[in-house]
Amino acid sequence: MDELTSTFVTESRDLLAEMEAGLLRLEQAPDDRDNLNAIFRAAHTIKGGSGVIECRYIERFMHKVENLLDLLRNDALPVTPELATLLLACSDHLGTLLDVLTAGLEAPDAATSARGEKLEAQLSACLPCEEAGAVPVEQAPDVKASGGGVVSLDGWHISVRFGRDVLRNGMDPLSFLRYLATLGEIVSIETIADAMPDAAAMDPESCHLGFEIRFQTRASKDEIEHVFEFVRDDCTLRILPPRSKIDDYIALINDLPEDAMRLGEMLVRCGALTQAELDHGLAVQRAPGAAEGEPLAAPPIGEVLVEQQVVHREVVEAAASRQATVSQKKAAEARLVRVQADKLDQLIDLVGELVIAGANANLLAHQSGRGALIESTSVLTRLVEDIRDAALQLRMVQIGETFGRFNRVVRDASRELGKEIELVITGAETELDKSVVEKLGDPLMHLVRNALDHGIEPPAVRAAHGKPEAGQIALNAYHDSGSIVIEVSDDGAGLPREKIRRKAIERGLIDETAALSDQELVNLIFEAGFSTAEQVTNISGRGVGMDVVRRNIQGLRGAVDVRTTEGEGSTFTIRLPLTLAIIDGFLVGIGNASWVVPLDSVVECIELPGAADTRDYLNLRGEVLPLVRLREMFEVGGEVPARQNVVVVQYAGHKAGLVVDALLGEFQTVIKPLGALFSKLRGIGGSTILGSGEVALILDVPALVELVASAQGRTHGEPRTRDLRAVP
Amino acid sequence: MAQTRSTPPREARLVIEADLTIYHAAANKAALIEALAGAEHLEVDLSKVAEIDTAGLQLLILAKREAAAAGKRVVFAGHATAVRQAIDFCNLAASFDDPMVIPA
Repeated sequence: MDELTSTFVTESRDLLAEMEAGLLRLEQAPDDRDNLNAIFRAAHTIKGGSGVIECRYIERFMHKVENLLDLLRNDALPVTPELATLLLACSDHLGTLLDVLTAGLEAPDAATSARGEKLEAQLSACLPCEEAGAVPVEQAPDVKASGGGVVSLDGWHISVRFGRDVLRNGMDPLSFLRYLATLGEIVSIETIADAMPDAAAMDPESCHLGFEIRFQTRASKDEIEHVFEFVRDDCTLRILPPRSKIDDYIALINDLPEDAMRLGEMLVRCGALTQAELDHGLAVQRAPGAAEGEPLAAPPIGEVLVEQQVVHREVVEAAASRQATVSQKKAAEARLVRVQADKLDQLIDLVGELVIAGANANLLAHQSGRGALIESTSVLTRLVEDIRDAALQLRMVQIGETFGRFNRVVRDASRELGKEIELVITGAETELDKSVVEKLGDPLMHLVRNALDHGIEPPAVRAAHGKPEAGQIALNAYHDSGSIVIEVSDDGAGLPREKIRRKAIERGLIDETAALSDQELVNLIFEAGFSTAEQVTNISGRGVGMDVVRRNIQGLRGAVDVRTTEGEGSTFTIRLPLTLAIIDGFLVGIGNASWVVPLDSVVECIELPGAADTRDYLNLRGEVLPLVRLREMFEVGGEVPARQNVVVVQYAGHKAGLVVDALLGEFQTVIKPLGALFSKLRGIGGSTILGSGEVALILDVPALVELVASAQGRTHGEPRTRDLRAVP
Repeated sequence: MAQTRSTPPREARLVIEADLTIYHAAANKAALIEALAGAEHLEVDLSKVAEIDTAGLQLLILAKREAAAAGKRVVFAGHATAVRQAIDFCNLAASFDDPMVIPA
């Protein structure tokens, strides 16, 4: 895929998203002119772009879509829900077509084409009278057999007058000309400013310029036209091929709004014609009937003007609002740079290596005991930390875009299910690592669909329970001590405890006598093969949802759980680490080995009181703090030192104390994943390399805290065995 | 945006400090026209212009044309690189007829 095409695809996808958001808004506010104009503009730009890259199938399809949008915009057709649905289907199809283009295929496959044709037929059915041709193909004007000789000077002649709104639409004519210059050589150029009114009447934000260009190139007429593709509708463009007839030039002069003599001079100046040719041509024309007496003189000017006015009437409407948005958007675009994701990943990898190398240098400096060296390495360490933070920040994206996709999902599903459902999004500006965001889409989709299908009751049921008929699904995100929390909540029926219990017993997940807390019971829905939906719909309910959600979230070192109140709704809470690559760690020593505790989860460090030697809890300022003896848990051998320490960690509201031998201080940790062999290992989150080159394991604080929290929460009943060691 | 320092009477000097782009077109136009109204001979310093687009270019043309119509004189001076390139590209150097310093 060449550069132009890939730029087109990227931009079109952005525009497509804009268009889809606009279409969704359209249903709520059918009279919003700005919105309609924005949709039209997006469709129009995609069509224009597809023309530039000569992707005919997209151009053809978008042309139809644009026709319909144009009618909506001009109030020739009312906005109906059916139309909105059709247009949404069209934007889906466009997405497919873009995929086809990305895949580098010549044309879409049969199924896609069939769908496209069906949509096109539906679109045509909506139009009062469809014009015959799909895309107006520009016919090269017939070469006249008569008239003066061929002009003596070779080369193309391009005559362009830009429309008033070109600048307001965010396009700069100069940049088109510069691009033109890359196709060949601009032999000469004349700037025509005659259309510019007096200073008092001149609007500095309108474009008043035109250009007469003498151009040498091997490119075809099509290629030259394509340079101006984006402003095609907004400019008058005339291209005369090399060796055109003098008559053609005379016709050009007559066509253009400027004074004939002045224009003639311009043409002579830029070398299109010689003075003699011009004189001859004009003389012939002035004497009617002298040659063939063709009526070249008056009408074209009028036509051109009318044509220009038509163009303007369409565009002027939106101009005021567009001007503001376009300039804002332009400013925003200028501040953005598109970077390939793998380049960023490479940078992060390098920063990771830098952190390790820096730690090594730091260690050696300390060992050498030279003050100046220690000082310089500590400055270096600080800079490396800054670089690390900045590099990770580059990958941070707002979650809003991911959330925004669900507007469409909720809309479509509520149609299909006959429910009235509203989506409320909060915390859209919360940032998290791009790689996390990408993997979050699927689990979120499952949760939202579940809420749509099982959570929200049908309107009649809701009314019977005294709830408002319209259900509500809320997506929320916020930061909480080193992790990001994402909540999916609904105000529906909530999870039926009894049904879950019965189902769990039926599936053999729990014993009939098992005494589970409410919390443990509802979290059973995350077990494999669990679905309580009585009806299997095509939205959810195939029993593969929740366990996949949990697996995906755990794959991101996160956790998911659910809180529910029967009759009032449920809230699914996903907790994720902010980043997957590098964290601030706290180094502790047990025996000869070092271990890393993520610093974000550390609350404080205390010395283990001698009295707590045999007990698995500790009195922390009147609070019971359960202890995890890492030495025992990981079966580390060797002498227990005289004094042990406790690292108090916190996760999701629970605290636990990790008993370790020594506290070794803060350490920047580059997380290296453990191999598949260790995937069953619980309590260990990954590994890292210390400055000395030794390997240290990273403790999985959530798993450790969960262990003590569940041991604490369970008062009676058979304790479930949780082995933290590797299962052989 | 732009400020006028009037030196000897009837001669004025205008320093364009904002970019000659669509974003500042209205302000630039006002400044140019105002400065032109108050002087017979206006020198416009373009050395601080980092960027110029079609909107900017047509303002320069407008200033020249207005001055000619009123029998006044506008001289552009100290063209920044971007401005010089744009004027050259559009073949306006001859019609503007201002001394342009071409850097070595």
